[in-house]
Amino acid sequence: MFDKLAYYFSFPLVRYALIVGLLVALCSSLLGVTLVLKRFSFIGDGLSHVAFGAMSVATVVDVTIKQAASGDNAVARWITDMIEKTNSMVIVMPITIIAAILLLRTGQNTKIKGDAALAMISVGALAVGYMLINIFSASANVAGDVCSTLFGSTSILTLSLSEVWLSVGLAVVVIAIFLIFYKQIFAVTFDESFAKATGVRANAYNLLIAVVTSMIVVLAMNLVGSLLISALIIFPALSAMRLFKSFRSVTICSAVISVFCAGTGLIASLLFSTPVGATIVSADMIVFFVFVILSKCLRRG
Amino acid sequence: MREQLICKNVTLGYEGSSVAEGLDFTISAGDYLCILGENGSGKSTLVKALLGLLPAMSGEIIRDEETALNGVGYLPQQTIIQRDFPASVREIVRSGCLARSGLRPFYNKQEKALAEANMHRLGIADLADRCYRDLSGGQQQRVLLARALCATGKILLLDEPVTGLDPRAQADLYELVYSLNRSGITIIMVSHDVSAVRYASHILHIGSHSQLFYGTRDEYLSSRLGQSFIITDTGGAGLPEIEEEAPEKEQPESGLSAKKKAAIAAGAGLIAAGTGAAIRHYVKRGERNV
Repeated sequence: MFDKLAYYFSFPLVRYALIVGLLVALCSSLLGVTLVLKRFSFIGDGLSHVAFGAMSVATVVDVTIKQAASGDNAVARWITDMIEKTNSMVIVMPITIIAAILLLRTGQNTKIKGDAALAMISVGALAVGYMLINIFSASANVAGDVCSTLFGSTSILTLSLSEVWLSVGLAVVVIAIFLIFYKQIFAVTFDESFAKATGVRANAYNLLIAVVTSMIVVLAMNLVGSLLISALIIFPALSAMRLFKSFRSVTICSAVISVFCAGTGLIASLLFSTPVGATIVSADMIVFFVFVILSKCLRRG
Repeated sequence: MREQLICKNVTLGYEGSSVAEGLDFTISAGDYLCILGENGSGKSTLVKALLGLLPAMSGEIIRDEETALNGVGYLPQQTIIQRDFPASVREIVRSGCLARSGLRPFYNKQEKALAEANMHRLGIADLADRCYRDLSGGQQQRVLLARALCATGKILLLDEPVTGLDPRAQADLYELVYSLNRSGITIIMVSHDVSAVRYASHILHIGSHSQLFYGTRDEYLSSRLGQSFIITDTGGAGLPEIEEEAPEKEQPESGLSAKKKAAIAAGAGLIAAGTGAAIRHYVKRGERNV
């Protein structure tokens, strides 16, 4: 078994996958606690659907520009190059961030309540995305394309070096933002009205949380695919909340759980050739149930 | 007396339509102002304005330098989020220092020391590492009070602080707030609970669109409005109040006329009767549920 692993890890693509996978897992777990407690976990879910729609828009843009310019236009080539090099992140990221901001704005005091607006946006994005891919895609295997965007399948194992650096950069930004604004995030999560009363711009921080969430969603698409992202965000936080009693310990614990599950899930998926995303999420679920049982036992004992 | 906050003929509202008009009152250092009013009378709008989150549509809200700088320590109503929030008491109390630490990441020694001092002051130092969600309602309010004291040590604004507490904890909280008041902290308490009146030095009673009363507590108790509020509120709402002690106990200067005393006694009697009925009702319902 170890020989097999050592053999796999001799490939740079596998090493990239592990590095990016662990970083993505770390990022997604950091905000998990906040998202769960602020009842924002559904936003992560909705955003991931939006990201799927954006992904197909990116594919369509890529294909149409290629067709229209027929290869001799420098600007067109530069644009398609950018899209391909960054794995469509240039298009997916802004769309997802805008969707996050819109969701947060509509979430408060509007005719369409937050959850309904979210359902509309997420299902709409899913439908439009699938339709676009079907109509415009040049690839012969549409079902395979859709499946890999929705469930990630092996896209984490096919990252190019530029994608790896982009992911690492984004992950560092997310972690830095979390550390710098840690106490503001805590205050805004725990008690928005008190934070506002002491002169903290709570709405600005809510926006920051939404933007960082959309960054995490886009990052995590490579690892687990857009449908499973919220599992990556929510499960570690929920597991940690079972056992730990302070915000800091819950955050640290959920980061550890998330990184551990991503690591073991990734290795297990290599060994047993199972889909990466689904394996990682299964590992998260197992840990969650272990923590539930542990907390029950501890409470009784 | 040094004025900390003056409202001069203030009108408050949202997007052109006014919610409260003609608010005219003064809060001086060491006061204990109780703001009364029915639901929908603009209490929460007034709270926002006092916190500086809502500008006055007309009139003026004047703050003295210190209040303008440090703001008002705020004890908000509890939210659903807080009920299962995994945070230690220490973390929550420290978050009161947020405004004074600005954008610097994490808290420094001074701020941490301030948090510890305020936990000691409110008698929750031994709970520092406990989880907020495991505390009783009264303990949770102490935690939030300690946090508010970290934000400012001069004025506290409490928004319906006894909601959801059992009678024992309610009485404890009122005593605690009163002791803070005696140590020199100005208290503004928003309430629709009559027992809040007992400790107040001043009363502001607002109705829909107008200010019904502003003055000292004694004036309020002898006014027709005050008497009717105290009587109808307890009898009608049927809340399990505790009012074993007569209201005048907290008054060192017993310069009350016989008329006032009679009124108070009548009020107390009615409160007692109402409480008895409420408790019986409560117990019966409990038995049925079991």
